[in-house]
Amino acid sequence: MTRVHSFHGGIHPPENKRQSNGAPIRPAPIPPRLVLPLSQHIGAPAEPLVKVGDRVLKGQVIAEPIGRVSVSLHAPTSGTVTLIGPQPVPHASGMEADCIVIETDGQDEWIEHAGLEDYKSYTKSELINYIRNYGIAGMGGAGFPTDVKLHLGDDHIVNTLIINAAECEPYITADDLLIRERSDEILGGIEVIAHLLNPSHILIGIEDNKPQAIRALEDAVRGCHLNIDVVVVPTKYPSGGEKQLVKLLTGVEVPSGKIPADVGIVCQNVGTASAIYRAVHRGEPLISRIVTITGDAVDQRHNLEVLIGTQYSELLAASGVRRDDLYRLVMGGPMMGFTMKSDAVPVVKTTNCIIAATEEEMPPAPPALNCIRCGMCEQVCPAELLPQQLHWFAKGKEYDKAKHHNLFDCIECGACSYVCPSNIPLVQYYRNAKAEIRQEEAEKQKAEYARMRFEARQARLEQEKIEKEQRRKARAEEAAKAQASKKDSAGAAKPAAAGGDVKALKTAAAVARTKLKKAEKAFEQAKESGADNLAELEAAFNAAKQKADDAQQKLEQAEKGGTAAASGAPDIKALKTAAAVARTKLKKAQSALKAAEEKGQDGVEQLRDTVKELETKAEAAQKAFDDAQAAPAPAAQVVDIKQLKTAAAVARTKLKQAEKALANAQDSGEGDIAELEAKVKELEAKVETTRKAFEAAEQGGSAPAKPVIDLAPLKEDMDKALAKVEKAEAAAKAAEEKGLPTAEKMRAGVDKLRGKYEEAKKAYEDAEAQNAAAGGKPAIDLAPLKEDMDKALAKVEKADAAAKAAEEKGLPTAEKMRAGVDKLRGKYEEAKKAYEDAEAQNASAGGKPTIDLAPLKEDMEKALAKVEKADAAAKAAEDKGLPTAEKMRAGVDKLRGKYEEAKKAFEDALAQNGTAAPAAPAVNLDELKADMETALGKVQKADAAAKNAEEKGLPTAEKMRAGVEKLRGKYEEAKQAYVAAGGSVDAEAKPDTVTVD
Amino acid sequence: MALIRSSSPHLHKMNQTGRVMRLVLLATLPGLAAMTFFFGWGTLINIIWASLLAVGFEAAIMKLRNRPIQFYLSDYSAVVTAVLLALALPPFAAWWVTLVGVFVAIVIAKHLYGGLGQNPFNPAMVAYALLLVSFPVEMTRWTEPFVLVDADNGWSVLSFIDTLKVIFGGIDTSVIDSYTGATPLDALRHRGGLTTEEAWRQVPVLADGIGAWHAVSAAYVMGGVFLLYKKIFTWHAPVSVLGSLAVLSTLFFIVEPDYFADPFFHLTVGGTMLGAFFIATDPVSSATSNKGKIWFGIGIGALIFVIRTWGGYPDAVAFAVLLMNLSAPFIDQYTQPRTYGHAKAKRGLKGDA
Repeated sequence: MTRVHSFHGGIHPPENKRQSNGAPIRPAPIPPRLVLPLSQHIGAPAEPLVKVGDRVLKGQVIAEPIGRVSVSLHAPTSGTVTLIGPQPVPHASGMEADCIVIETDGQDEWIEHAGLEDYKSYTKSELINYIRNYGIAGMGGAGFPTDVKLHLGDDHIVNTLIINAAECEPYITADDLLIRERSDEILGGIEVIAHLLNPSHILIGIEDNKPQAIRALEDAVRGCHLNIDVVVVPTKYPSGGEKQLVKLLTGVEVPSGKIPADVGIVCQNVGTASAIYRAVHRGEPLISRIVTITGDAVDQRHNLEVLIGTQYSELLAASGVRRDDLYRLVMGGPMMGFTMKSDAVPVVKTTNCIIAATEEEMPPAPPALNCIRCGMCEQVCPAELLPQQLHWFAKGKEYDKAKHHNLFDCIECGACSYVCPSNIPLVQYYRNAKAEIRQEEAEKQKAEYARMRFEARQARLEQEKIEKEQRRKARAEEAAKAQASKKDSAGAAKPAAAGGDVKALKTAAAVARTKLKKAEKAFEQAKESGADNLAELEAAFNAAKQKADDAQQKLEQAEKGGTAAASGAPDIKALKTAAAVARTKLKKAQSALKAAEEKGQDGVEQLRDTVKELETKAEAAQKAFDDAQAAPAPAAQVVDIKQLKTAAAVARTKLKQAEKALANAQDSGEGDIAELEAKVKELEAKVETTRKAFEAAEQGGSAPAKPVIDLAPLKEDMDKALAKVEKAEAAAKAAEEKGLPTAEKMRAGVDKLRGKYEEAKKAYEDAEAQNAAAGGKPAIDLAPLKEDMDKALAKVEKADAAAKAAEEKGLPTAEKMRAGVDKLRGKYEEAKKAYEDAEAQNASAGGKPTIDLAPLKEDMEKALAKVEKADAAAKAAEDKGLPTAEKMRAGVDKLRGKYEEAKKAFEDALAQNGTAAPAAPAVNLDELKADMETALGKVQKADAAAKNAEEKGLPTAEKMRAGVEKLRGKYEEAKQAYVAAGGSVDAEAKPDTVTVD
Repeated sequence: MALIRSSSPHLHKMNQTGRVMRLVLLATLPGLAAMTFFFGWGTLINIIWASLLAVGFEAAIMKLRNRPIQFYLSDYSAVVTAVLLALALPPFAAWWVTLVGVFVAIVIAKHLYGGLGQNPFNPAMVAYALLLVSFPVEMTRWTEPFVLVDADNGWSVLSFIDTLKVIFGGIDTSVIDSYTGATPLDALRHRGGLTTEEAWRQVPVLADGIGAWHAVSAAYVMGGVFLLYKKIFTWHAPVSVLGSLAVLSTLFFIVEPDYFADPFFHLTVGGTMLGAFFIATDPVSSATSNKGKIWFGIGIGALIFVIRTWGGYPDAVAFAVLLMNLSAPFIDQYTQPRTYGHAKAKRGLKGDA
């Protein structure tokens, strides 16, 4: 025997069961008219299958379930459908709802029906679906579709099945009589339920005020192979409440907000068990039920087997109602039932009792007095709430406090109202408060949805914008590429000297192209003018073409062998350095000019010009730098993060869609749920990976970019400091030699400067080390992208296979699946592209060195220039026999050493880059042009100066001429660079025109 | 056919507030009988006088508040307040003392706060405390039990007529001097240099008259048990009041029996039993949940002991109850029961604790 536990509170209202439990169950007469509400259960109303005028047979399906939580409806007897539309239904609000009205023909003609021969031979889901189609909903009162509860075994472990036979409400005896007379049916139903849920233990809970029913149950259970216990519980309202019965029989409490299945328990009513038996073994759908007709206003208080849809008036008439005495008509029990506006409402699947009460029996509640906080409500509350506190909160609309005092754990049993000495309609207050809170929450939810919708829309628009931008960029890149290839294919070239130097090769190719064009033009002109040297020109053209092709080939080879350089943005760092260098040069030149002016030396004019030139140059450099900085330099990292973010968002959206589809499928029971579930899981995994990738990228985003940039200025700092130290040292030495009194101070200054230099050096070295540690950290983590791609491919294959299978089977979903496959393939393509892009980007970034080349080269050149200058100065000094000559010579050597160092660094970097070309293809054209023009200006000026000198017969004329040549070379270089970068040079601006003959 | 429509439940226990109050009144009868037997007609006269005053004040206030007078009078709550106050007053308390007391209880302590169910303090105890503070002489002039007046002459209380005259001022107060004296609490408190044991032997009210107080307390216990049986209140508040008082007094008595009174004395003299069964159980002004009632009762018991032992007033029930009334809302917040299906009880008001 199972131990009986207890629950808190409870009341003992007068039972009033004697009146109706004396007589056996009798069938109610078939009424002339049956009204069948489409919604007799919790969940979606059933959908009518019949039309007005159809003849229906007893047991015929007249409405089918819609959605997951719904059951079908059957004709309770044979007859004709006369109306489908709103009729009064038994509802607390007295509302009308859609019903099917059947005019009965009195023949009670069954449709062909038979039970299942061996229900155990069916699969569980088939059997559960069978029960659903036989219209069975919980008959205890709530009317929850039984099949849904029978599915609980799918995702819950059901240890205990509880059969509720408590029937704790006063007056009602329907279950009592059912058990007494049909305990075998109940047991048969229990066997079916047990087969479906496979519980280890079955408990039948029954109150001790039904001794005959207890005996009947015990007799039935004896000899049953199942592990069934009939547990007699003390009579106490509301022991038949699901949660209370669970506590009584098992001692377990159903956690707040959960269902019993969450603690391994499923409850079913005895009436439901009997209905399941009839459906499974006899093929009879739920078309009738036992209803207790009682109350002082009827003469015969008894239980009738009533066809669903019979109106109360029929039953009251059959029970000898005294209409004058009828004061209150209650459906259900006196504690939780609700009053009817009239007796023109039908019996539904949940109608267990009709109380026709007189005024003496159920007088109107006396006016409510003030609550005196007596706490009697608290003593009886089966949910262990503080009803009077809840009452204060509900009355004062303090819903937060009410919720905090667990208002929503109230089961509305009415025990508190029953005992309240002040006659306060407590339950009514709670219902009202609950409704208001629900409405509040619904509104909040609505607002929340609106906000989410708005945000989603914003995000979508943002994303569209980004995608548009990306598409535009891609198009632009493609166009640029197309143009480049066009140009490549039509060029003449000279063979590139530096093997593998793509930049040089490109320049060469461009130059070759230009030359080819020129030759072509000349050739055509000649052809037109009928020149005599056509053959010669043609030969020249062919040769040029040959050269151009060669150059192009070489360039392509180099590009293939090495890596394509494509670092979209101008190199800001290089530009900065250039600007700084230009400034420095300008300053030097300025100081030289000043000195020259002071000393009244020759060549002041020249120097002045140089200064002006340098000024322009410095400005141009600065401008280039500013432009570059202002330009939205889309760092690879940033783009990458955005892409990843988009990918993550897309994945999330897809997951949501899939989830929704799954939910839909579950609701409608259509489609392959398992497959959808698998898909959802897959997508979940994907969302996780994309999110991770995004987070990783975001975290790593700033790190790799930083160190590369930091080195150059540090080095500059260091070099500057070194230069200062040297200068100061020299000055100090000079002062010492001259025996100046400031010498000591200067020495101190030198030390200070040296300290600074040491600091700068250390900073630089640290930064370098850090860079080295950061190493060739690729800009993009390829692994997740590749994973994505592979996954997408796998998905495509899977989906493809599924689609093919579906097509072969001729399933209607095949088309949809095919579309899905295409979608997935699109996704895969996307992923692939992303991966390849990233790969290309990584390759182009290819470790750190590419970026470093330009400044290194500059360093080298600077050093060389210094060496040359110093050399010249030293020579001059030697010529003049100055005493400083020796020192200067040493300085020159030092500088040369530095130059060697710089050269080596540059070459190392070059080697490290391998065959890779730094290239920076999208070089700022303007800058190049400016360079070119500056160079041209220089050439012209120098040329003019040289001429001047020559005319005057100055000894420097020769030197100047050499300088002019040098400058011209530089100009040529600049021009080539400019042309290579895509600029066009006017024919008039050819250097030839400025050459002075 | 016009059917009534109403929300469930459709059954109500015949359990009106009036019935609750009548049961409380019924439960005071043993105490009243004992008081009358030992201390004469004074208490009975006071009760009648106070009840008349209470009904009058209640009706007047209801009229002022535009409420149905008959309907609200029928809840008997005013009479209960008056009876409890009258039981606590000295039997010979003058008519105007009772009048002031009932006025304070009904008008100020109850209706100015919103009427029945809204008052934070027990009205009778508010009135008693105010009277004790305002009229200490009248309030401490207790009647001697008849055994001390004239033990040889049987039931020698002041006659009903004379008592009426005493209360309503027709007799010179000196006449009743022979009938009045200190209460045991007073006597023990103002025992001078005597140890408790010496006081028990030498002070007459302690040596011979203490039985009257014991008997009255026993009568109150009878009434309280009756109400418990009738489920008018739960055991939590009275048991915790008596329990905490007993525990505290026992502890101190064990440590220094010469100075502290024994626990039995604490439990059976003064207003302890009246307070435990009729005042601490006043639902309106006490804590709500069962757990809360226990804390509420423990607080009252402890305060009774503290005030009696070290405070300025001989009896302490009124002050202890009022102080705990003040704490009841706080106690409520932290003593919510654990609701079905919840792992543990909630605390605080809005989940902030």
